Order: sequence, then C-alpha cells, then structure tokens
Amino acid sequence: MLVEKAGEAPKEISPKRQKEKQTETSAKKPVHETVGKPREKVFASGNEAVALGVRLARPHVISAYPITPQTTVVERLSEMVEDGSLKSEFMHVESEHSALSACMGASSIGARTFTATSSQGLLYMAECLHYASGGRFPIVMMNANRSLALPWSIYGDQRDSLSLLDCGWIQVYAEDAQESLDMVIQSYAIAENLKVLTPVMLNLDGFALTHTYEVLEVPSSEDVDAFLPPFQTPYKMDLNSPKNMAFSSGPGDNMQFKYQQHKAMLDAIDVIRDVDESFFRLFGRRYGGLAEDYRCDDAEMVLVTLGSITGTCRVVVDELRQEGWKVGLLKIRFMRPFPEKEIMELSCRVRAVGVIDKDISFGYEGTVFTNVNSAIAKARTGILTMNFIAGLGGRDISRQDIRQMFLHLQEGLLGLEKNSMQFINLRVAIDE
Amino acid sequence: MNRPSITKYKTPEHISEYPIGPCYQAGHLVTENAGWRTEKPILDKEKCTGCFYCYLCCPEGVIFKLDGKIEIDYSFCKGCGICARVCKSEAIVMIREAKDGADGC
Repeated sequence: MLVEKAGEAPKEISPKRQKEKQTETSAKKPVHETVGKPREKVFASGNEAVALGVRLARPHVISAYPITPQTTVVERLSEMVEDGSLKSEFMHVESEHSALSACMGASSIGARTFTATSSQGLLYMAECLHYASGGRFPIVMMNANRSLALPWSIYGDQRDSLSLLDCGWIQVYAEDAQESLDMVIQSYAIAENLKVLTPVMLNLDGFALTHTYEVLEVPSSEDVDAFLPPFQTPYKMDLNSPKNMAFSSGPGDNMQFKYQQHKAMLDAIDVIRDVDESFFRLFGRRYGGLAEDYRCDDAEMVLVTLGSITGTCRVVVDELRQEGWKVGLLKIRFMRPFPEKEIMELSCRVRAVGVIDKDISFGYEGTVFTNVNSAIAKARTGILTMNFIAGLGGRDISRQDIRQMFLHLQEGLLGLEKNSMQFINLRVAIDE
Repeated sequence: MNRPSITKYKTPEHISEYPIGPCYQAGHLVTENAGWRTEKPILDKEKCTGCFYCYLCCPEGVIFKLDGKIEIDYSFCKGCGICARVCKSEAIVMIREAKDGADGC
C-alpha cells in the first residue's frame, strides 16, 4: 500500500496508530487504513476504491454475496466493519436474491444500503432489480461487469448489466478507480434525491478496472459528510403511522406507477448534472453528466465507448490526431438515463459514429449501438453508424483493434465497407 | 376494535396525486372483497357465548366485537365456513346466498 499525503497532517491520530505508522512505513497496509485524512492519495484497485467510497457514504446496511470479480469489494467492507472503522450492519446472506431483498427491507425503513455483485449473481437478482426500482428504494449497487455463462467465464464483458438495462435502475459505468470511488458517493446523492428515488447500479469492468491498481485521491470523511447528508425517506416505516408498502395495483392504477418511474428517470438527468457540479465544487473533480466527449470539436469520426475501454480509446484518438486524423470519442457514462440529447447534438457535427459494444443481442447488434442509433435517427442527420462487437468473454481490446475500428469507419465513409456490424479480432475466418 | 372501514376511492386527476411508488397509509381500503362467497355465516346471538374462538380461527380477520357482541364484516368475508365449523355452541350456520340471476334456494 503506497500512501502519499498531499494535504495537512491527519487529525486525531491515536498513539497506537502513530506507532503503527512508524513501524509500517514500508509494509503493505490495508487500503481502508487511509480514509479520513484530507486530500490523501492511495494506491488502490477499482474494487478497493468502491469499498473506500462506500465507507465514506456510511451505509447502515450492507448485504452481499461474494462473486468473482466483485469479491474484494465485500472483503474490504467486511474488514472495515470488523475493525470498527465502518459502522454498518453487514448481512451475510445465502444468495444475491436475498442480498438485494435484504437491502430493500432495510431501505424501506429509511436505511442507506449497499450491495455488490457480478454476472450470474446479477442475473440471480433480476426479479429483485425490478422490485427495487418499482418500490423506489434508493439502493446503490456495484456490479463488476463479467461475461455470462455458457461458456462459463469469469472474465469481463458488459452483457450482464446491459441485458438488464430495462430493469428500471440508473446505470452508470466508470472508466477508472477514481471515478469509481467518486461515483459511489455521487450515486447516493442521485438515488436519494426526492425527485429520483431510484436505485443506482455502478458498473466497473471486471478485472480491467476492478483489479487494476491506480493512484487515487480519497476525500476526507468530513467533506463527504457535508456533501452527502443522512438519507431521510419520505415513507419511513413507522409504528405511529403504519404503512402498506409494496402493495399490488390493478389495471386501473398500475400504469400510472410505471409512468412515475419513467418520469423519475428523466428527472434524474438534471439531478446527475447538478450532483456532478456540486461534487466538483467540493472535491475538484467532475465527469460531465451523462456523457463526456473527448476531442470531438472538429472530429469527423467518433467512437462511442462505455466503461474502462475509454482509457485505451483516448490514447488511440491522441495518436491518430497526431497523424492528422480528425477523430474523437464519446464516453457514455450513463446508459439509463440515456444521453440522447448529447448524441443527437454530436450527430449534427460529425460524419460517422462507431459504437464499441462489449455485448451483443444475438441475431441483431450490440445494445449500446441500438440505443445510440435510436438517438441519431431522431436527429434525422442520416450519418453513417457502425457497430463493433469486441472484448466478449474478456478478450483484450487493443490499441490496434481501436485503430481498426476507425479504419472501418473511414472505409464506410468511402463506401468501401458495407457491413454496419462486425466482430473485431474474432481470430478465425467466418463465412461472410 | 380499530377496524378500517371502506373509503370511497377518489380517482386521481393528476399524476402528483399518486404516492411515489406503491406505498400508502395502512388500512386504506377502497373496494369490498367478498365477491366469490357462495355461503354466508349467520350468527345466532342467543346461542353465542362470546368465547371469541371464531375470531381466532377466521383466516380473513373479519370477525370482531361490537358492544360486547360478535359481529361479522361481510364486506370481506369469503364464506369459507371455518367459523361455523369451530363454534362449540353451534351458534353459526352457513346459508346459501341468493345472488342476482342465481337460484335463491
């Protein structure tokens, strides 16, 4: 554990803790030993960054079941609860279905809750995902994006969360460890906003992000407390004012509740932007709301990315720019609510948009592409769009692969490439 | 006893009149729920000793005391007949209910 202090000396260090600091200067310390000091830098993995963010958000209840590559999140959190640095009830449950059900129960009495899962675990939760969003429980969940069986694989792609895009949760995808930590904190502010009251799924690419170590800045708990006051549910379960919770609703009223969920998701767009801005004022970092464009100002061809592949793509855009190509990228941060406005606006400025999908809806195309194309169709700009299926089952997406995608876009503009959807780096010949 | 009574349902005219998500004050009943009953329990108050055993056994919670006497809330009684079966004083009998269009035997 490397720790570099950029701020003042830590406050309230116990003599025991000071002694530890002297004797452990070169020894590896658990990552959670480092929270609570101003502007501290730590070297941590994406999963550890999530655990640090969760501790700062002070959930009352954590309920989770371990699954690769999410496991170290819940390991760190249970260590924090064990050593007393996190005052949460850690519920060890027998399944992901129970993990999210427990979070719903806790959330219904006004508790702040956290869970984390991945892949098969997320699918096992599927019933509860809809239940939680319909019940308007502002749960925050981390999902480590991982391939789905069969064939069995523990490695990363985004078919797990994207196949559950319609479950009514806000879906955000982080690019790096710092964004992961920051978005845990922001996610609670978004989910608990009374206009939103919708659960948030924070997605980290399995291994590529969850297990990669990076330097990141950990906010002080004082600052996070100021940013994120305790949650006050308007519907607290209360003996003096008994409630009927999670009731049924027949055809006469049911649709109105679904409209409310839709409206809340749309209202979340402004809330996401405002939370990002107030986060920036306090912590000096902002991420641009639903999507961030990179070197798109005079770009002719743009690649749309989701998650950690954005980092590699930035590098390729920089390289190609040096070689004189007018290229850029659009990093989608939120799949729900969707950055429709940003994509429509972008389609008015560029000639071609390519979408990298680490997922596929078999027999059609990638889910991100479907959503991007829908926005572009509404803009009626008629620009070229292409879909690149890549990285399924954890296959690396290299700089060369991304260059290849831009080449396909170029060929498409010249009328030489007719396929609007293709697999990148499939490694075998196919009959096409 | 503090039994909820049926409240007339006011159809909302604007979405803001709906609660956020399916959550509302407990005991807000807007519809009767006894439509599938074919037999109805009738209590003979002379025979009834007020032991209240029927109250304990009623799966729908529709038996209650009013001024020391047993009453049955027919708005929610499904006519299962458990009360009649368990009554040691044989104070409850099930009778076939006449309905519009049905034979009233």
